[in-house]
Amino acid sequence: MTLDEMKPGHVGEIVDVTAEGILGQRLLDMGFIPGTRIRVIRNAPLIDPIEIAMKGYHISLRHSEAKGVEVKTV
Amino acid sequence: MSEKSAKILVAVAGQPNSGKSTIFNMLTGARQHVANYPGVTVEKKTGSYSLNEEKVELVDLPGTYSLTSYTQEERIARDFLLNEGPSVVIDVLDASNLERNLYLTFQLSEMGIPPVISLNMMDVAEGRGINIDIEKLGRHLGASVVPTVGNKGKGKDGLKEAVRATSQGGQSNPFRLDYGEELEIHLSFLEKKLSEDTTLSTLYPLRWLAVKLMENDAEAQRLVREKATNANKILNFVVEKRKDYTTAYKKAPEKAIAQMRHQAAQGIVEACITREKEIKPSLTDRIDQVVLNRFLGPCILVATIYAIYELAIVQGYNITPYTWPLLAWTRDPIASILPSEGFIVDPFFRSMPLWVIDGAIAVLNYIPIFLILFSLIAILEDTGYMARMAFILDRVFRYFGLHGQSVLPMVIGGLYVGGCAIPGVIATRAMKDEKARMATIMVVPLMNCLAKIPFYILMIGLFFGAYKGIAMFFIATITIIIALAVAKILSLTILRRKESAPFILEMPAYHLPTVQGVLRRCLERTWLFVKKIITIVIVVAVIVYVLIYFPGISNDRESWNQNQADQTQQSFFEKMGKDNPYASLFAGDGLLSFASYWDAYSKAKMGAKGKEGKEAMDQRFREKNLAFFTIIKKGNYELEGKLINDEDAKKVYTAYKKLDKTRNRLRREHREETIVSGYMGRAGRFIEPFTRWAGFNWRVNIALMSSFAAKENSVATLGGIYQSPPGEKEGVLEERMREEEKGWTALHVLAIMLFMAMYPPCIPTLLMVRLETGSTKWMLFATFYPIVLGLIISILVFTGGSLLGLSGLQAMIGFYVLALIFLVAMGLIKREPEFS
Repeated sequence: MTLDEMKPGHVGEIVDVTAEGILGQRLLDMGFIPGTRIRVIRNAPLIDPIEIAMKGYHISLRHSEAKGVEVKTV
Repeated sequence: MSEKSAKILVAVAGQPNSGKSTIFNMLTGARQHVANYPGVTVEKKTGSYSLNEEKVELVDLPGTYSLTSYTQEERIARDFLLNEGPSVVIDVLDASNLERNLYLTFQLSEMGIPPVISLNMMDVAEGRGINIDIEKLGRHLGASVVPTVGNKGKGKDGLKEAVRATSQGGQSNPFRLDYGEELEIHLSFLEKKLSEDTTLSTLYPLRWLAVKLMENDAEAQRLVREKATNANKILNFVVEKRKDYTTAYKKAPEKAIAQMRHQAAQGIVEACITREKEIKPSLTDRIDQVVLNRFLGPCILVATIYAIYELAIVQGYNITPYTWPLLAWTRDPIASILPSEGFIVDPFFRSMPLWVIDGAIAVLNYIPIFLILFSLIAILEDTGYMARMAFILDRVFRYFGLHGQSVLPMVIGGLYVGGCAIPGVIATRAMKDEKARMATIMVVPLMNCLAKIPFYILMIGLFFGAYKGIAMFFIATITIIIALAVAKILSLTILRRKESAPFILEMPAYHLPTVQGVLRRCLERTWLFVKKIITIVIVVAVIVYVLIYFPGISNDRESWNQNQADQTQQSFFEKMGKDNPYASLFAGDGLLSFASYWDAYSKAKMGAKGKEGKEAMDQRFREKNLAFFTIIKKGNYELEGKLINDEDAKKVYTAYKKLDKTRNRLRREHREETIVSGYMGRAGRFIEPFTRWAGFNWRVNIALMSSFAAKENSVATLGGIYQSPPGEKEGVLEERMREEEKGWTALHVLAIMLFMAMYPPCIPTLLMVRLETGSTKWMLFATFYPIVLGLIISILVFTGGSLLGLSGLQAMIGFYVLALIFLVAMGLIKREPEFS
């Protein structure tokens, strides 16, 4: 499944970053690396974007961007 | 000079939210200089400090997570390190977020510049129970590591000493990231290939270049293409190696490289960090549960925006009456050294400089607003709430090609009623998404700035008096609707090819801002604004002045005026009586000096408060010129306890009163005639056949055109054209307009109001647009598209409304509904795929 399908409160693990170009590179730079634990904290009040926690910091990204991250639930 | 006074160039790098700017401020103190990197709009801060007679020059690089060539900021940071050759780079790390921060550190060290690590926010890390073995970290990285707390000034001396030592001794054991056997084989082949090129090997660190080429970095490829003697061979070799790797490991090399960096960072963190306690929800998490709550979040956001508006715009505006006298006070000394007034026509070198000064003062008057506003923005940025605002609002704004971060600039520009586009445009600086940023810059001036308000009030008073509230609501919200639609159109058309960035936004932990940090930023930005006003606005004001008042009226008319002036003066002398003992006072320049005495007295009288104030004022004027004073008091005054009644003085008073009235009328008529026959007046009449479709006659055309220098002028110019006697209130102007424009209906007024709502930005704003977009073309676009848009809307409302026989209110509601439908339609247009 992809990151945008995860619900708030769910914990997952990154499998792959399928996005390419600037989005893919930004995700990689921010630490979206296979094996990383990731937790969806919340949706924004208007559902999009989402906030996630990984490695001790919080990042918000749009659903369209989260689609570029392959995850599995743990 | 001794060699000791050599300069050391040091770059300061770090990820966003690492407290980089606090370290920069801590080291340099007040010795800072802000400019832009050449050719781009990214701010470049430089500063310096001295240590043991050595001058250290610091350059603050943009905060970046990485050093790819995808974003402007990363390219700038990278180019600086490559081309300017700093002797040391201070790498600021967030100690509480070490792993991700090291990701940048690795890339910096690949560039071959000896690093000094500023392990910042140690207090935050300690608070979270993170213990870092500093010595071990230093050994791992092959660099000096200095623990710092930037906003408390801790670690300053240590950092300076480390910079000194590193700049002299270099890096004894430079850190080299091992990318693993699979990648290293390719990297070493590539590096060898690159070393065969004699130019490349002298210009760039080859290991770095090899890694970048392996990452498929466009800029690195460009460097090879430009500098290498056999570029194609090298680039083909790169393609081959990348392909080899991808087929062998089913993975793009850039992914593997990023992964190895993160793994290495993880390894170092595990070796150097011990955590005392279990991670429990931090204070930030608890605050966010409220601030980002689905229901409370938007409420808090609205409250925050309202507070900013109230504190900066409303309260800031309330301060201006107190600061205004300070500005006006600078006008008088200048006025006094200029040539003195004429009877009807003032000399050019009096009226032009005063016009320019008045224009500058009108804008400088907003300084209190700016100071408060910029402080509040700095607080929002420093606390971390800015990222939350973007998080909450992104969804709404994204539909229109904007960004969650667009909201603040728009609020400042006057999202509801009353703002200022200048700081609004400056506030877009924080936006990373270039496309959305450009769209925001273009629509911020459509918001309702403070200077448009008096004009609206005048117009609403003219024909919408019965439903003022509705009309004001209409004008306040229609601008938002139009601005959003415009933003969408721009982003679908001319902005289509602009660089867009992923939203991906770090939500930093909340911080308490420091007074010093906030003040510094606030003063910096205000100063930037003032500097611009002083330099360029003046030039433009002169041009506008010339357009309005030149070429002047014909010689015949001038001599007719002179004739009138002579007659007026003659009848003045007749009225006071030929043998009046005061007559001699008015010979030659006497009349004009009495006129300025009279004006000064009337002005002082308005300003004087209480009985004592009035007496002191009288005393002053009595001392200045006793004879004039006697006249002004109609001959009735007290002298040494006796009441004096001077009939001759009274006669002069009555005669002068009449003269004054005639003179004012002549001056007004002359001014109106000059404006009408001036370049702008001619243009106003020339375009009248066209603007009639929008309901504007030439008088309105002139008033609108002259508002270009500053919208504050609009009401004043109308006042001039409709001959409202000076000093009288706007209400009177309304009546005069109604009298003169008998043919006007509410539709005329509605069309004019809408045109004013779309009015092009004032000159200071345009300068900011020029500065923030870095392009004159965009500035010109920002000038002309609102004119076209405003005309289309006005024609639609006026001509359309007239044809349908709508009343003003009907047209208003009709247009509103139409605009809303259009907006929704625009919002529904699918955005193009953001990133290919």
